[in-house]
Amino acid sequence: MSYNAARPNLLAAPAVLWLVAFMIVPCALILLFAFFERGVFGGIDYNFNFGNFARVADPLYAGIFLRSARIALTAAGLAILIAYPAAYAITRAPASRQPILLFFAVLPFWSNYLIRTYAWIVLLNREGLVNNLLQALGYHGEPLSMLYTEGAVITGLVYNYLPFVILAIYSTLSRLNPELIEASRDLGAGPVRTFLKVTLPLSLSGVAAGGVFVFILSIGNFVTPALLGGGRFQMVGNLVYDQFLSANDWPFGAALGMVLITLMIVLLMFQAHMTARASGETKGANADA
Amino acid sequence: MRKSTLPGRLVLTAVFAFLYLPVAVLVLLSFNESGLPTTWTGFSTKWYGALLGNEKILGAALNTLIVAVAATLISTVLGTLFALGMEARARKSGTLEALAFAPMVIPDIVLAVALLSFFSKLNVKLGLHTIIVSHVIFDLAFVCSVVRARLKNFDYSIVEASRDLGASGWTTFWRITFPSIMPAVIAGGLLAFTLSVDEFIISFFTAGAGHGSTTLPMQIYSMIRFGITPEVNALATLIMGVSATALLLSQWLNREQRL
Amino acid sequence: MTGSMNKKPLLTIKNVTKKFGPIAAVDGIDLDIYENEFFALLGPSGCGKTTLLRMIAGFEFPTSGAILLSGQDIAPLPPEKRPLNLMFQSYALFPHMTVRQNLAYGLEMERLDGQEIRRRVDETLASTDLSELADRKPEQLSGGQKQRVALARALVKKPKLLLLDEPLGALDKKLRERMQLELKRLQHEAGITFVIVTHDQEEALVMADRMAILKSGRLLQVGSPEEIYEAPSDPFVANFIGVMNFVKGTMDSDGSFSAGDYTLRPGNPVKSGPALLAVRPEHVSIATDGQGLAGVISDIAYHGLDRVVHVRTAVSDAPVQVRVEADKGRGLDIGSSVHLTFNAEKCRAFDAAGSVTATEKEKI
Repeated sequence: MSYNAARPNLLAAPAVLWLVAFMIVPCALILLFAFFERGVFGGIDYNFNFGNFARVADPLYAGIFLRSARIALTAAGLAILIAYPAAYAITRAPASRQPILLFFAVLPFWSNYLIRTYAWIVLLNREGLVNNLLQALGYHGEPLSMLYTEGAVITGLVYNYLPFVILAIYSTLSRLNPELIEASRDLGAGPVRTFLKVTLPLSLSGVAAGGVFVFILSIGNFVTPALLGGGRFQMVGNLVYDQFLSANDWPFGAALGMVLITLMIVLLMFQAHMTARASGETKGANADA
Repeated sequence: MRKSTLPGRLVLTAVFAFLYLPVAVLVLLSFNESGLPTTWTGFSTKWYGALLGNEKILGAALNTLIVAVAATLISTVLGTLFALGMEARARKSGTLEALAFAPMVIPDIVLAVALLSFFSKLNVKLGLHTIIVSHVIFDLAFVCSVVRARLKNFDYSIVEASRDLGASGWTTFWRITFPSIMPAVIAGGLLAFTLSVDEFIISFFTAGAGHGSTTLPMQIYSMIRFGITPEVNALATLIMGVSATALLLSQWLNREQRL
Repeated sequence: MTGSMNKKPLLTIKNVTKKFGPIAAVDGIDLDIYENEFFALLGPSGCGKTTLLRMIAGFEFPTSGAILLSGQDIAPLPPEKRPLNLMFQSYALFPHMTVRQNLAYGLEMERLDGQEIRRRVDETLASTDLSELADRKPEQLSGGQKQRVALARALVKKPKLLLLDEPLGALDKKLRERMQLELKRLQHEAGITFVIVTHDQEEALVMADRMAILKSGRLLQVGSPEEIYEAPSDPFVANFIGVMNFVKGTMDSDGSFSAGDYTLRPGNPVKSGPALLAVRPEHVSIATDGQGLAGVISDIAYHGLDRVVHVRTAVSDAPVQVRVEADKGRGLDIGSSVHLTFNAEKCRAFDAAGSVTATEKEKI
C-alpha cells in the first residue's frame, strides 16, 4: 500500500509532534518533579530523592488512596450491575431498534459532566426534589441529608459513567454468535445455565473494559467529590488538585499523579489481555475453513 | 425474529429513567417562574432572559466559543492526517497506537497538572491560547479514532483504480479518498467541538488567574459550588441542547452514505 | 417404496405450517422419517428447509400442525428437553472451552457423574479421531476439525435423532467429499437417525438413504435418490437434481409425444395437449442416419471422461445437452447440423400445468 499514501509518517508527523510536545514532555516533566522536593517558599528544590513516593505510603495519604479505591471499585461494580441487564435487554430488542436504544443510552455521556453532576445536587439537597417527594409521600421527619455523603459521590460517578459501561458490554454481547446460545439449549442447558456458562463468560471482556474505565476515571476524579462530597470526601483527584492549587507542593502532587498513571497502565494492560483473549474466542467461534 | 420481553422492557425503562430524569428535572426547573426546586409557580423564560443580562456568563460563552472553534479546526486537520498516516502504514506501530490512545484514557487531572507545570516552567503566560493548545491533545485523538473507523471500511482498490486511470496521488486524495471520508471528518470535528465546549478540568488548570479566560464550564463550576441558582438551570439546558444537536448531527452525518 | 415402510416412523411431521407474518415459510408439510435413516431435506435457499429443521430442534414453533418423536408430541418441550440434537451450520463451538469441555457440556447437563462423562467423552473422541485435539480451544482448530468436534459434541449425547444444518457448507470441495463418506460411516456406526439440510443436490444424492425436495415451503417429492433422479414428479425436481433437458411439444391421445418432426413414446404418458418432455443428457444420442430432432451444435465442452455437446433446437429454450464418450465426439464441430434421438423409455413427460414451472425454473 506504500504507493497510495507514500509518506504515512509525514502525514502523522504534525499530530505526533503535538502529542509529544504537549502530552509526553509535560508528563515526563512531572515524572521528574516527583523525585524532587518542595522548596521553602513553594517552588521546587532540585534535590533528587524518593521522599514523595514514601509520603504516598504515609497512613494519611494511603488512607485516601484506599478510600478512593474503595469508592471507585463500588462505583465500577454498581455500574456493571446496572449496565449489564440494560445492555442485555438492548441486544434482545428487535435489530432495527437496537441502534436507537444504544444511541440514547450513550447520549448523556457526551453532555456536560458538570451539569450532570449538578443535576444530582438539585435532586439530593435538603430542599431538593427527593426530599420533597418523600414529604409528599407522607414522610414528616427531618429532611434527609443525602448530599455530601459517600453515597452521593458514588451515585454521581455511576450516573456519569453508566452509558460507557452499557456501550462496552453491549458491544461484546452483540458480537456473540446467537447459535452458541442455541447450541447450549440444544445440548440440554436451560436458559439460566446457558446464561451462566456461555453468555456471561463470553461477555467478560466488555465487563472488564467498562469496569476498568469507571475505576480509572473515578479514582482520579475531583469534580464529583468536590461537588457531591462537599470537600469532606477527599479522593486522590482532590489531593492532586490541592497540591498544585493550594498547598503549592508540586513535587508531591506530581508523585501522586504518577501513582495514578501507573495504576491506569496496569489496569489497561489487564483489560487489553481480556480483550485479546476474547478476540481469539470470536475468531474461533466463526467457523471458516 | 426476536420480541422485546417484559423484563427487558422494564429494565430499559428503569435505566433510561435513571439516565434522563435528573436531567429532565433541570430542564423543567429552568422554566419555573420561582426558580426554586420546591414549588412550581408557573412557566417562565425569565431565567433565560437573566442569562442575557449576565456579562460574566456572556463573556465566558464567548471564550468557550473561541476555544472550541480554534481547537476543533486544528484538531480536525491534525487528527485526520494522523488517521490517514496510521492507516496507510504497512505495519501497525505499537508506539503510534499508544500515542493515539493515551489522550483518551489519561486521567484529566494528571494531564491538567502536567500542562500547568510545563507551561509555567517555560514561563508561558496562561490564557485562552494555552487552553486551546491543551484541548487539541484530546480532541485530535477523538477525531483520529472516528476517521480511522471510517478508513477501516474504506475500499483501497478504488484508490488503486484512480491511480490506474491516470490520476496523481494528490488528485486521487482530493477526488477519491477525501470525499469518502468527509462525513467522518465532519463527525469527528463535531465531536471535538462538543468535547471542547464541555471540558472543565484541563481548562481550569491552563486558564491562569483572573477572569479574562474563564470558560463556561469554569463559570458553571464556580456558580454551583455555592448552591443552586435558577440561572444555572437555564444555562445547563442551553448547553445540553447545543451538545445534543451537535451529536445528533454527527451521528447522522456518519451514518449517511455508509460504504 | 422401500423396506422402511414396514417400520414405525421415528419422527412424524403432521401438516406443519410456519408463518412469519403473512408469509408461510413452511406450508402444510407431512413427512415420516424412520429409525436409522440418513434423510436429506433438499431445496434452494429460502425453501423452508432450515425453518423445518429449527422447528424439529425446538427453536421455532409451528403455527399449526404437530411434530411427533416416537409417537409423542414434542411441541411443548423447550429445546433442552428434546432427546435430539442439532449440529449448527456455524458449528457453534463454545470458544471459551476446550474440545473436551465442549463435548462434556451436554453430558454435564444430564447430570451424569464425572467418571461416566469422562468415559463417554473419551470414547467419542476416539471414534471421531479427535483424541489428540482434546485440550485445544476451537480457535486452534482447522475448519474440518471444528466440523468433527461439532459432530462429536452432538453424538456424545446419543440422541435419538441428529439434525445437521448444512454441515459441510463451510468446507472446501476436497474436504467436503471426504466428509460426506465420513458422515455416512459415522451414522452407520452410531446407528442414529440423521436428518441433514442441504442445498447441494450432489451431497444429498451421495449421502442420503431418502430425501425430500422442498420448494417455497412445500414438499414436492420424497423418495430414494434413485427414484428422484429417475422419476422426478415435477419439472422443478427434474431440473433441480442433476442436469435435465426440456423439450416442448404435444402429447397425443395415443400416448405419443411429438416435437416438430420428432415423435416418440415416453415412459409415462400424460393427458393430451401441450406437454413438456424431460430427458437427461446421457439418454440423448446423436443420430448417424439423419433421423430425429434437428439442431445445430452451439458448444462442445470437454470433461475428460466425456464431452457434453450443446445442440440448439427449435423446440427447446436452452440448448439440449448430449453426453458422448470423449473419443466418439471427436468429429463434431460447432455450427454443424445434427439430429438427436432420445431413449424413449427414460423420458419423462409433464403436462401443461407442470410446464409453466419448468420454464420459470430454467431462468433461475
